[in-house]
Amino acid sequence: MAVKYADGVVLGADSRTSTGTYVANRASDKITPICENVWMCRSGSAADTQNVAAYVSRLAQEHAVSVSSAGADADEGIKCDVKLVANITQKIAYQNKDRLQAGMIIAGYDRKLGPQVYGIPLGGAMMENPFTVGGSGSAYIYGWCDDTFRENMSKEEAQAWVKRAISLAIARDASSGGVIRLVTIDATGVSRQMIQPIEQPLCDEELPAVKRS
Amino acid sequence: MIPRRTAHERVIGPGVVPHGVDPEHDALYRGRTARGTVTDEVLRGVRGRPFTIDGKAREKAPATRTQTPYVTGTSALGLKYAGGVLLATDTLACYGSTKRYKSVERVKRVNDKCAIAFTGELSDFAYVCDLLEELTTEDFCEDDGTTRDAEEIYQYLTRVMYNRRSKFDPLWNSFVVAGYDAKGEAFCGTVGMIGTHYADDHVAAGFGNHIARPIFREFYKPDLTEEEAVEIMKSALYACVMRDKQMMNKFQIAKVTKEGVSIGEPFAVPTEWGYEKFYNPTKFSPGGW
Repeated sequence: MAVKYADGVVLGADSRTSTGTYVANRASDKITPICENVWMCRSGSAADTQNVAAYVSRLAQEHAVSVSSAGADADEGIKCDVKLVANITQKIAYQNKDRLQAGMIIAGYDRKLGPQVYGIPLGGAMMENPFTVGGSGSAYIYGWCDDTFRENMSKEEAQAWVKRAISLAIARDASSGGVIRLVTIDATGVSRQMIQPIEQPLCDEELPAVKRS
Repeated sequence: MIPRRTAHERVIGPGVVPHGVDPEHDALYRGRTARGTVTDEVLRGVRGRPFTIDGKAREKAPATRTQTPYVTGTSALGLKYAGGVLLATDTLACYGSTKRYKSVERVKRVNDKCAIAFTGELSDFAYVCDLLEELTTEDFCEDDGTTRDAEEIYQYLTRVMYNRRSKFDPLWNSFVVAGYDAKGEAFCGTVGMIGTHYADDHVAAGFGNHIARPIFREFYKPDLTEEEAVEIMKSALYACVMRDKQMMNKFQIAKVTKEGVSIGEPFAVPTEWGYEKFYNPTKFSPGGW
């Protein structure tokens, strides 16, 4: 999921990748950098989204470099317009709609339009939203998110909101689990967090997590 | 279940069609009893044909009570030790991919010598519990100083499962039966939904077969102490909850000992998520998983 707050965006995801009932990866990273200030949340087929992300990353960075001096300095990360990245992703998703099973969320911060969140679901539509959720666990939290979302939250409020939303999804969706990953993007840069089950809010009828010594 | 002929409302399950409802069937018996020719009045309530819900149409078509499970429990594990047998399950019942009911007791005491745990459809397990309750009640009423032991319950369940499978109407469950056999030795067996069954020092039902059995094979030895057995069980449960998406970190362990069956309180196993490589797994492979 991703949400716009006053000065930036917060992206959040769980870390469970499953093949059937088997948890193939309990600590996967579903939030991928496209360029320094634009990141993508991936859901659906891991293979499809990884490859789409790779294409989008290359195309967006080439575009950014060709129209500006972005990245001229080796130490400087390449920055792109969020809308550009979203459009490129949308084109790929739409033109290959019969072949892909990829639900993606593009979110980031640029100086032109500030914080933005774009949802690109199956089929290749693109919509800008104040917040958007995706993946199998999203069905369980639409109501809660609709009920508790406020525009222009502070950074801490937004992070806590995303953390709570994902923990509620993990509580009820068997395909979601593991750690919660948060990525916060604003004008100053990007910060990443990993929240272990022991630090996640406790849900009804569950027992508090215990750390292995 | 020992078949007992009763006439009751057809909607509540298999029984007997009372006389007068199925003229074709009644015609077969009219006038042909050992007592000589009988009138319709005498036949009422005496003769009838067994039936399933929907009567005739159902009998011609294969019965289809449970063909897809809806509310399901995942793995059940059984492990023998010096003092008896341990049975462990989590307390989750999933509705497809939804973790729907989180305080389900999936281990049940049958009698002082036997406990069972299940995987699969919750409603079918409730039905099996009713059957076993009938057996226990019979034992009580017979009052002959013995109760059915775990091996007998295991064999009874095998026959129930196999017969249902043979009618294309399986009970969508696998059971782990744990307790003591007739010789007073610890017994641990599993019965599948098609009647497959075996007993061993350690068994599992469901996904536990793939995840927990290798751990049991590695660490089991005869005459484990209770502490050792619980440690092995907890490490098997840890592996299961990490790798089975339909499991939750809330378990119950039941012990069957010479004193009887005791089902413990729900507990969580310690988990580790703070590995260094978990923080940034795609550092050297951006876009990877």
